[in-house]
Amino acid sequence: MLADKDRIFTNVYGFQPWNLKAAMARGDWDKTKDLMVLGQDGIIDKVKASGLRGRGGAGFPTGMKWSFMPKEPKADRPNFLVINADESEPGSCKDREIIRHDPHKLIEGALIAGFAMRARAAYIYIRGEYIREAETLFAAVAEAYDAGLIGKNACGSGYDFDVFVHRGAGAYICGEETAMLESLEGKKGQPRLKPPFPAGAGLYGCPTTVNNVESIAVVPTILRRSPEWFASFGREKNEGTKLFQISGHVNKPCVIEEAMSISFRELIEVHCGGIRGGWDNLLAVIPGGSSVPLVPAKEIMDAPMDFDGLKALGSGLGTAAVIVMDKSTDIVRAISRLSYFYKHESCGQCTPCREGTGWMWRVMERMRTGDADISEIDTLYQVTKQVEGHTICALGDAAAWPIQGLIKHFRPEMERRITEKNGGGLSPMMEAAE
Amino acid sequence: MPKLKVDGVEVEVPAGATVLQACEIAGKEIPRFCYHERLSIAGNCRMCLVEVKPGPPKPQASCALPAADNQEVFTNSPMVKNAREGVMEFLLINHPLDCPICDQGGECDLQDQSVAYGRGQSRYDENKRAVTEKYMGPIVKTVMTRCIQCTRCIRFAEEVAGVEEIGAIGRGEDMQITSYLEGAVTSELSGNVVDLCPVGALTSKPYAFEARPWELKKTLTIDVMDAVGTNIRLDSRGRQVLRALPVINEDVNEEWASDKTRHAVDGLVRGRLDTPYVRVGGKLQKASWDDAFRAIAAVDAGDSVAAVHGDLVDCETLFAAKTLLAAMGSTLIEGRQTGMAYDATSMAAVNFNTTIAGTEDADVILLVGTNLRWEAPLVNTRVRKAIKKGAKVFAIGPETDLTYRVDWLGDDLALLGDLPQAVREAFDGAATPMVIVGGAALKGGHGAALALAGSLNLVRDGWNGFNVVHMAASRMGGLMLGWAQPGGIADLAAAKPKLAFFLGADELDYGAFADSFKVYVGHHGDAGARHADVILPGASYAEKSGTWVNLEGRVQRGERAVFPPGDAREDWTIFRALSAVLGKTLPFDTIDELRAGMGAAVPELGSLGLKTFAWNPPTLDATAKGTIAGYPIKDFYLTNAICRASPTMQRCSAELVHGQEFAEAAE
Repeated sequence: MLADKDRIFTNVYGFQPWNLKAAMARGDWDKTKDLMVLGQDGIIDKVKASGLRGRGGAGFPTGMKWSFMPKEPKADRPNFLVINADESEPGSCKDREIIRHDPHKLIEGALIAGFAMRARAAYIYIRGEYIREAETLFAAVAEAYDAGLIGKNACGSGYDFDVFVHRGAGAYICGEETAMLESLEGKKGQPRLKPPFPAGAGLYGCPTTVNNVESIAVVPTILRRSPEWFASFGREKNEGTKLFQISGHVNKPCVIEEAMSISFRELIEVHCGGIRGGWDNLLAVIPGGSSVPLVPAKEIMDAPMDFDGLKALGSGLGTAAVIVMDKSTDIVRAISRLSYFYKHESCGQCTPCREGTGWMWRVMERMRTGDADISEIDTLYQVTKQVEGHTICALGDAAAWPIQGLIKHFRPEMERRITEKNGGGLSPMMEAAE
Repeated sequence: MPKLKVDGVEVEVPAGATVLQACEIAGKEIPRFCYHERLSIAGNCRMCLVEVKPGPPKPQASCALPAADNQEVFTNSPMVKNAREGVMEFLLINHPLDCPICDQGGECDLQDQSVAYGRGQSRYDENKRAVTEKYMGPIVKTVMTRCIQCTRCIRFAEEVAGVEEIGAIGRGEDMQITSYLEGAVTSELSGNVVDLCPVGALTSKPYAFEARPWELKKTLTIDVMDAVGTNIRLDSRGRQVLRALPVINEDVNEEWASDKTRHAVDGLVRGRLDTPYVRVGGKLQKASWDDAFRAIAAVDAGDSVAAVHGDLVDCETLFAAKTLLAAMGSTLIEGRQTGMAYDATSMAAVNFNTTIAGTEDADVILLVGTNLRWEAPLVNTRVRKAIKKGAKVFAIGPETDLTYRVDWLGDDLALLGDLPQAVREAFDGAATPMVIVGGAALKGGHGAALALAGSLNLVRDGWNGFNVVHMAASRMGGLMLGWAQPGGIADLAAAKPKLAFFLGADELDYGAFADSFKVYVGHHGDAGARHADVILPGASYAEKSGTWVNLEGRVQRGERAVFPPGDAREDWTIFRALSAVLGKTLPFDTIDELRAGMGAAVPELGSLGLKTFAWNPPTLDATAKGTIAGYPIKDFYLTNAICRASPTMQRCSAELVHGQEFAEAAE
């Protein structure tokens, strides 16, 4: 269990005020100028050394990402930092806690990260539904401006850095980094083709790095407490601490900062008061937010909660949004609901996702009621394979994986429903679509 | 010059090429829907997926992937086949199976590619999506249920036509292409989205349910609706031209055509002159060719004869008429019907010297009295392309929407002699400057504009930036054949000819020729025919093989698609026959003999292709005076006799120019 002295987010429950005075009392904005004295490459090297991997889901090494930015930005093509606070993944709620209770960690991180990547400004793109959180963030940014912490000559460092907060309008896809850039530019939120990657041509065609809120917010503490301290948690290549968000059928759902690679059992026992109805009642877990495949109970129980450990189980850490389902769960219905979410949130730009998400959801709904043919399970699986990897962005994959996980682990359940509905496996009569 | 392997074949491709282009160079066909050479890359249909090594273990969209050294591309691997079949299936699950009643049938990309790359049967048992129709104006018919959201039409409207009137709303499977508030798409190029649409979602409204593509005879010819000389293909069945489509010519029209070019063809079967007429007792009466010729011979005009040509006439007709008048002893020939009298002694001074394609390379452009959007829509698209490359555009004339950003300097022609400082500075720093003079400025501003050629240094090594925009397809040919009097048409009226020929001339003031015996040689019963004493029915551009010179001096030849109606004849044969009656028999019996004679008289017309004219501008009075009150074209859709007879063009004019609203019947 992570010791209290090793926590980065010391106000994640909001026991203290979020404001600048309280934040400074917690150690934020403490000699930020001295951190910047490390120099741009110095900061990037330290972040690299800390082993920090992106907290938005993909787990790309953060320091390496920053190092892709041009070292000498041109006057007419400044570098930009975009901070992804469009936290819309079902199950995720960590950025929300950071923003409403510890916004200054984020703003200070934005300054340091922006300085390290030689950015002119940071844009924080906050999810439209986060109304109170956006109010807090606007107020916090204003506080920081008033205190001279950002803006011209930020923190007295001689570096000019602006922070803009931009509210989204309620589209999941705008959490995809290039769709976010489109949305920031005032266009329809649709992912861009890559290459070019944002580090080459991003916001307004300028070099841009898009980082998750948590990735940015942990940076000042890493620099203050040394990369080695951060790297001392978790397994190799999965270093650091992480905000886990446990929801579902546990006795005490919570958002908790823990060391990476903590075992699932320890995470649940120590922080969540155990599984509802005991460990034997656990059915399955979606360990990283709705877009990763579910993991059945016996495989997850003692698995390490980190990028590589969950990848080995055929799933992923994602945003560490752990959705726990006990045996009272209608698992087919649960996954079908996720399919509806992806159908609803598909941007409609590219064919496999636009057409495939609707198809998958409709078949899943019939799977839920058993109003299908057993051979359709294979068809459904093939359809998910036709979507996966064929789309512009990862939403297609995200829509396909939950269903693949369901078929992989719960095919007998699906077959049972169909057989029961059809009274012993008779094929239903098919109506041709017109 | 990256070198890569496509299915084991090593190819070298130009720098900046995409993998898709590399595959094409290697001779591999890559299916595609959203990709189009002339539009930006969207990469959204996912049909062009190929396997690329090195790269992620999933197929890549070849249209958007830059070709790089040492890439290995596979276009036929199981992964690619799977991906294509998958995408094809997705495209078809919500596409209606209404090919038998779809106008795109037979020329549908979706049909062709589903046969080539799709699976045999459907596995989709859910209900199909239906999408409400959208209104897109009088040219474009929509059946949006068929739409596969390739967004070509959106990109065309935004990038080429310059009107942001088509877009996508909604998301996921509810995404729909729409004209937003469902007003008409007001672009003069809107018909091109019909060609671009790979399925039957956007089809041609005037051509709806007219024909199947395999029924049509296809004839390559040249458009005469403006002076651009758009290369077109006329599709005809029997004696009727059913549609006009652009043909790719990179130097002229790329692959676009204006709505007028496409849809004025239904005017070819309406209001036609199909028999000769002679005015008897003040009324036009049908007559035989012999009677008509005799009536002309009876005038006994001697050398008191003049001729005026209209906007659509081919060079062969002009040469035949000119030769006849010369034999009668007259040189009173003129083509500038509206009274323009600019100096035409030097062709370079009235030519579009930069060339249409060359316009793209200009870095500073000054428009003088021209509404390019209506006068030469496909030159306007080139100016847009130049702007995309960074060109700056100034304009003198009344403000109008040219679809791009223009610095309007005012409508005073005197500005030509006193350009604002900013304009001068821009031209001083320009490597490829252009001045484009339109019809509204030629009167009163030609000399001053020519003076700018010197003072702004427009003519330099390998670059001539002085340009005149003409609006009539016959103008350049007419000027080259000498159809210009120093005083313009006023010289003809002043000569009070006993006999006057009007070759499809419908735009002039016939009152000036009240005392002349007027012979109208043309194909439509328009203004000219109403005033005529004798009407000789001729052939339209679709009904004859003819030569036209476009505004940049490009000599182009079109072929005959259909025969003229009734007793109408090809125009040059009319003059040949009349010459015999008048006792001045013309020295050619076939069109080849005529063309040989024309080539001997004007060497530039002896061969096809772009002609460059030596830069020897006349010395004219360089003081410009007056203001540009308006542009010559008041109604883009009704500029000549063919469009005025066309119901489609009348509808376009009423709706798009005059704002009349039309109720659509439900189908």
